[in-house]
Amino acid sequence: MAEESPVSWFAAPPVFDLGLELPDWYLKLQETSWQTFLTLPEPARTDQNWRFSDLKKVRFSELQAARPAENAEALVQRAKAERAEDFAAHFVFVNNRLVHSEINELPAGVICLPLNEALVECGDLVRNHFMKEEGSLGGAKFAALHAAATLSGLFIYFPQGSTCNSPILTHHFASGDFNCVFPHMLVVAEDQAEVSVLETFETAADDEQTFFFANTDLIANNGANLQYVALQDESDHGPKHIQLNSSRVGRDANIKAAFVNLGAAWVRQEAIARMMEEGSDCQVFSANLANGIQEYDQRTLQSHEAQHTTSDLLFKNALYDQARTIFAGLIEVQAGSHHTDSYQTCRNLLGSDQAEANAMPGLEIDADQVKCSHGSTSGQISDEEIFYLQARGIPAEQARQIISLGFLNESITRLKSESVQNYLFDRVARKFKSLS
Amino acid sequence: MSQTLNIQNLHASVDGNEILKGLDLEVPKGEVHAIMGPNGSGKSTLSKVLAGHEDYEVTDGQVMMDGIDLMDLEIDERSREGLFLAFQYPHEIPGVSNANFLRAALQARLPKGEEIDAVGFYKEMYAKMDALSMDRKFTGRAVNDGFSGGEKKRNEILQMMMLEPSYAILDETDSGLDIDALKIVAEGVNRMRCPERGFLVITHYQRLLDYIVPDVVHVLFDGKIIKTGGKELAHELEEKGYDWLTNELVAV
Repeated sequence: MAEESPVSWFAAPPVFDLGLELPDWYLKLQETSWQTFLTLPEPARTDQNWRFSDLKKVRFSELQAARPAENAEALVQRAKAERAEDFAAHFVFVNNRLVHSEINELPAGVICLPLNEALVECGDLVRNHFMKEEGSLGGAKFAALHAAATLSGLFIYFPQGSTCNSPILTHHFASGDFNCVFPHMLVVAEDQAEVSVLETFETAADDEQTFFFANTDLIANNGANLQYVALQDESDHGPKHIQLNSSRVGRDANIKAAFVNLGAAWVRQEAIARMMEEGSDCQVFSANLANGIQEYDQRTLQSHEAQHTTSDLLFKNALYDQARTIFAGLIEVQAGSHHTDSYQTCRNLLGSDQAEANAMPGLEIDADQVKCSHGSTSGQISDEEIFYLQARGIPAEQARQIISLGFLNESITRLKSESVQNYLFDRVARKFKSLS
Repeated sequence: MSQTLNIQNLHASVDGNEILKGLDLEVPKGEVHAIMGPNGSGKSTLSKVLAGHEDYEVTDGQVMMDGIDLMDLEIDERSREGLFLAFQYPHEIPGVSNANFLRAALQARLPKGEEIDAVGFYKEMYAKMDALSMDRKFTGRAVNDGFSGGEKKRNEILQMMMLEPSYAILDETDSGLDIDALKIVAEGVNRMRCPERGFLVITHYQRLLDYIVPDVVHVLFDGKIIKTGGKELAHELEEKGYDWLTNELVAV
């Protein structure tokens, strides 16, 4: 059956051997996931989850597992030079391989290990949480592929009550044409724990076709606070970036998940937030700056599965040239999830007549005493706003940039930690500069 | 070179309707001139035209600022040359902090390649905020975003204090202010009065002029200055109302 699959993205499973004794359950999961990957159909227009998507972008072929890169040391230097000022630990992966790790300060009892080492050292703990999200916003095939191939990325485990305000940083680089990387991020915050993660995706060269198949699972148990931020700052032509994210929020816990996209030719991000118990709160933010012919395709679900849960989503896109964005978001208030407060906003700033912003907000409510709102807007910078800045001596072109940067910064400022905010703001500003 | 803001025979229209119909006015440096007038007389149009708003078409006349023809300059160039407009309705700029906004405005005044001294900048800004009784938290907050009416006006005065213009136009800065906020704003303006700076204070009400005492008062009606006098003219207007002058005008 698998042989009959029309899909041939890879000539062989894109796994690589690190010479480790991996647990049986993991090897078995890899194998069944590969079969699932082969069996699942390619994304199709008939699937509501792929509405408005340019399906040509997902007709892959000749993909391969990334081989070790020769330029790893230079990339480590780049990551170190540009990283956020304040951090608890820093890990750099190039082509799936850990090439740098540095630990500043982590509370006792915290596990923060590359996935392959975690599988060996605390396999059972990983197993309890590894790739458990069964829901899908269209990317089931990518989830299967990721499970079949990943040995890259981090497993972060914060035991009960352990807190660290400085973020744990990771950098994932891809280098070399047709190379695929499979960055994994699994963060578990036990009761009352507090953890912050800042992940950056970049490419080694400007002109290579590289592929990121990332998966991020965030788990916050009772009273925990978890912040996860992904900055995708790859080359703006060539790379394709797929990231599946799930957040599971426990009682009185909070997760903030943020996605900032500046690079890549094509991005597909799916974020599922599950408010599982009373008092669960999840906030999802995104700030995206697309130009040229970049296409960012984002799908979200805010799933309220208990009473008295809250969620807020704010996605902002600034589009230039012929860039395209797609936002499809659903708020689902499940049966009996009374007293839900849920908000969803997508705002688009159009910097060109040819840019295209698609927004498909949705609501499904099966409970009482619910406060929900969703909305999307698209517009241009108002002349009055530019006039105001010009009247202070700022030239019109720069005024536009300042206003656009502020527009994106609005979702960045919702995040905790000034050093994380500054890091993101500087990267967004850097891209704006490169546009003019 | 004459150190004045000199407006001669200014005609301006918006959407084809003439609003300013031959306005003459001269504000020498070191003086505070007030313009009063009923609604619709052209007060706000005058401020927008001077600042260079593109919706307003200047059809005749000229405006010279220290010998420079303002109409030859872009909006931002006028500002950098030393003209400042305190807006009646200051715009909100979400996501742009007050500090970054002021820095960008000051940076625009420096030669290319020269950077603002951040330490000196914050020191100066904090001192000026203190003078306006503005909380430090306003440095990090987005420009005017979620500010009350009084906070917005105070923020305009802060910008004026930071940019140190040669000529400042205050467009109905008193509207929406309670008496305490009005006093603070007026004090900020008075502190900036000096021989090197001229003010044009546009207002509908005489109240503001109790706190910013003008050297000269002009009455604007139907796009023209119809009367000019000393500060007592403002009181006279307050007592007798604008009808006193406009009826007189119609009678003539």
